[in-house]
Amino acid sequence: MTNLKITIDNKKIEVPEGSTVLDAARAANVYIPTLCDDPLLEPFGACRLCIVEIEGYRGLPTACSTPAADGMQIRTSSAMIATNRKTSMNLLLSDHPLDCQHCVSNMRCDLQYVAAYVGVRGKNPYQGERRTYELDESNAFYNRNLDMCILCGKCVRACDEIQGRQAISFGYRGFSTKITAPFDLPIWDSSCESCGRCVDMCPTGALYDKTELKHGLPTGETKTICPYCGVGCGLIVETRNGEIIGVRGDGESTVNEGHTCVKGRYGWEYVQHPDRVKKPLVRKYLLEGKKKSEIDRDSSDWDWAETSWDVALDITASNLAQIRDRHGADSIGFMTSAKCLNEENYLMNKLARQVIGTNNIDHCARL
Amino acid sequence: MTNAMDDIAENAEAFFIIGSNTTSQHPVFGTKLRRAIQRRGAKLIVCDPRKIDISDLATIHLQHQPGTDTALINGLSYLILQNGHEDTEYIAERTEDFEEYRAVIQDYPPEKVSEITGVPVAQLKEAAELMGTHKPMAVMWAMGITQHIKGVRNVMALAGLQMMLGNMGVSGGGTNPLRGQNNVQGACDLGGLPNNFPGYQKTFNPEVQKKFAAAWGRSTEAKVGKTVTEMVPEVTEGNTHALYVLGEDPIMSDPDTKEIRKNFKACDFVVLEELFKSETSVYADVLLPGSSFAEKTGTFTNTERRVQMVRQAIAPVGDSRPDWHIISDLAKRIIALTPELLSLNAPYSGWDYDSTSAIMDEIAALTPQYAGISHERLENGERLQWPVKDYEHPGTPILHVGEFAHGKGKFKPIEHVPPTESPDDEYPYIMSTGRVLYHWHGGQMTRRVEGIMKVYGESLVEVNPDDAASIGLNGGENRIRLTSRHGSIESKALVTERVPPGMVYANFHFPEASANELTHASLDPVAKIPEYKVTAVKVEKIIGD
Repeated sequence: MTNLKITIDNKKIEVPEGSTVLDAARAANVYIPTLCDDPLLEPFGACRLCIVEIEGYRGLPTACSTPAADGMQIRTSSAMIATNRKTSMNLLLSDHPLDCQHCVSNMRCDLQYVAAYVGVRGKNPYQGERRTYELDESNAFYNRNLDMCILCGKCVRACDEIQGRQAISFGYRGFSTKITAPFDLPIWDSSCESCGRCVDMCPTGALYDKTELKHGLPTGETKTICPYCGVGCGLIVETRNGEIIGVRGDGESTVNEGHTCVKGRYGWEYVQHPDRVKKPLVRKYLLEGKKKSEIDRDSSDWDWAETSWDVALDITASNLAQIRDRHGADSIGFMTSAKCLNEENYLMNKLARQVIGTNNIDHCARL
Repeated sequence: MTNAMDDIAENAEAFFIIGSNTTSQHPVFGTKLRRAIQRRGAKLIVCDPRKIDISDLATIHLQHQPGTDTALINGLSYLILQNGHEDTEYIAERTEDFEEYRAVIQDYPPEKVSEITGVPVAQLKEAAELMGTHKPMAVMWAMGITQHIKGVRNVMALAGLQMMLGNMGVSGGGTNPLRGQNNVQGACDLGGLPNNFPGYQKTFNPEVQKKFAAAWGRSTEAKVGKTVTEMVPEVTEGNTHALYVLGEDPIMSDPDTKEIRKNFKACDFVVLEELFKSETSVYADVLLPGSSFAEKTGTFTNTERRVQMVRQAIAPVGDSRPDWHIISDLAKRIIALTPELLSLNAPYSGWDYDSTSAIMDEIAALTPQYAGISHERLENGERLQWPVKDYEHPGTPILHVGEFAHGKGKFKPIEHVPPTESPDDEYPYIMSTGRVLYHWHGGQMTRRVEGIMKVYGESLVEVNPDDAASIGLNGGENRIRLTSRHGSIESKALVTERVPPGMVYANFHFPEASANELTHASLDPVAKIPEYKVTAVKVEKIIGD
């Protein structure tokens, strides 16, 4: 593949054939505002904000949908570009609620940022009719507030091009255009699998996780790996005050490129569920020095008692050692865990083989 | 998996999925395949008794009878040979025992295979033609072909097919088991098996045994231990006296629940290290609160042998502790009771780990496949798929390139064996079991997520509409009772054409209607995997509900 030599704002850069002008600008670290483009999606050209000037081209082509060509001279800012971007943005915002403080996406909103970047200030010059819709809360994990939608089509394309599900599309025409599920039914009646990619890609507050309604902005983020299946998707865990408040896909992971399934993205509540066992528990008979063979399981002898780690581990250690000494190491069986770390599995193997002295170790690989 | 997921999604001409509900159980890989089919025209052959999500996109879907996989695979191999689509050069250069394999395959002409599997001859021919003319083809499977008494045979039959087509050790090809749990690969890699020390070093090999005795200061006898499916039943036989269960729920996930309960109840001492009071906790003497993935730092190994960093996001909940802390602490206490059993001057006899990074360094020293893996390399953003032979080695995204790991690829002729249970007058339906998209295994995690319970809050057993009519289900709120030779459950029915007539499909996510109350503990003789995919059951409507 040959490289194309291009100049952007007097910066010279080489990009591979097949790149768009926007790809080239990203490679040159030149910011061009856009609301409808994502590197993972096909070019779409809906928002008209990525306009540039290209020597020898008429008008203001959109960077996202214009293929880069060898020798291209590109300018990303000029008075003409600035005026046109402002007009486009004002037109977008003329049909937008403009109530950022009450919006779930406040301070995490691409629309908010790009509006500020292009310099939209003061009263919107285009006053007129606005579309209003009923909030769609039918999905168990996210809401759709189409009042906020700018019709960039990222959700439609994420569902089609990434998830391959085609649960939603553009419906109706002209001013009535909206993103719809088939037959304009609530989203839950579509083939949506709740992967959350549309929510992730939405540049406004039109799509948001229900959990976002409960919390402020996250104050911490941790890159980690999903605890569900063997694909091993990269996740970003969002935290605040020492608690998980959200999870999204890690765009830098080469396993999933930011994509997740419903369990990876929305299945984390169990971590902080009130059912978590918070203290070591032992059956009461163990604290009272009774023998298991002599107790009645329906009596309080079999009740759980909270205890310290020292007591619980000493009881465990002495019972395992006694059984090993009395019945032999092979009378003990270990089930290690396909949910635990590599390092923990190694230690379970060492515990069984070195400390106890048995090869009776297995896990649910077969089950 | 012999190949990496992105390699398969980007480079395979065709996908052959058998016994894997990929978009539901490995959803993000499933969507990659879906994308490759929809956007670059990759072909898809699905073999599954049920209609599954991804079979809607299949070029051809073979709906064979449960438990007839070997015959089906052999039948496809027969037709590929008949079409002359085998890779003769590859077979000659890289494999051995092909003639023995060919001889057995000759017993599987399409008419006979069609009779065994229920798949029409024309469909067999179409699938074989597609496989022969679209190379490389990647094979993917999961528990659908392994949870049978001939799970190992099915895998060998697939390996034979792929070697014959020249699809092994090439980009876009390979044999690719999709591992179900986030770290089932790592648990297998690091000694969580009764016949393997870390790195699949055999416990029955005296040299290996000596290596670990020298490293740890003590080791086991050079022999094979017991699998889960052996150690639990041996409680009532008097051979197992204590069970130590880390992060598993055998009452939900093991076959023939009634027997499992009986054995756990009879066990002298049961230790459970868990997040919740699971179904298994009922029988535990001690419950040690471990912690979830979000509360600890270390590594998981994914289905494509890629080792990845897991990082702590929050402090352990309550007084729970990371499991590696608990295990080390316990080990030290047991050693302190009988320190004379251990030679303390061995280099890795100790248990004083200050981090999981130090544990990984010990793993690297003793495990050839992990020899070059360290937390430091992973934190530097390296993509490491084992084997990683030393700290300079870049890892191995595709196995068997140029040569098989053990030299020549060996063809193993495999004969079809019928499943243990077949339908009869009393138990006329075949029940197969599995998971659904929204839930996870025994359900301990997903049943504690509000949104998921809204979507899928109770057990649903899939029943074909024809069968529903003959059972007398009227399409309303239908409750049914399923009974096998081993137990009985009650559940809501989901009437759907996804299951063929004569088959029902149940999951094991809900304790009140767990499919494993019905399953039987017939095991594959080699892998000791239970035959979850074929249980004979009767299905009755519950009157008055």
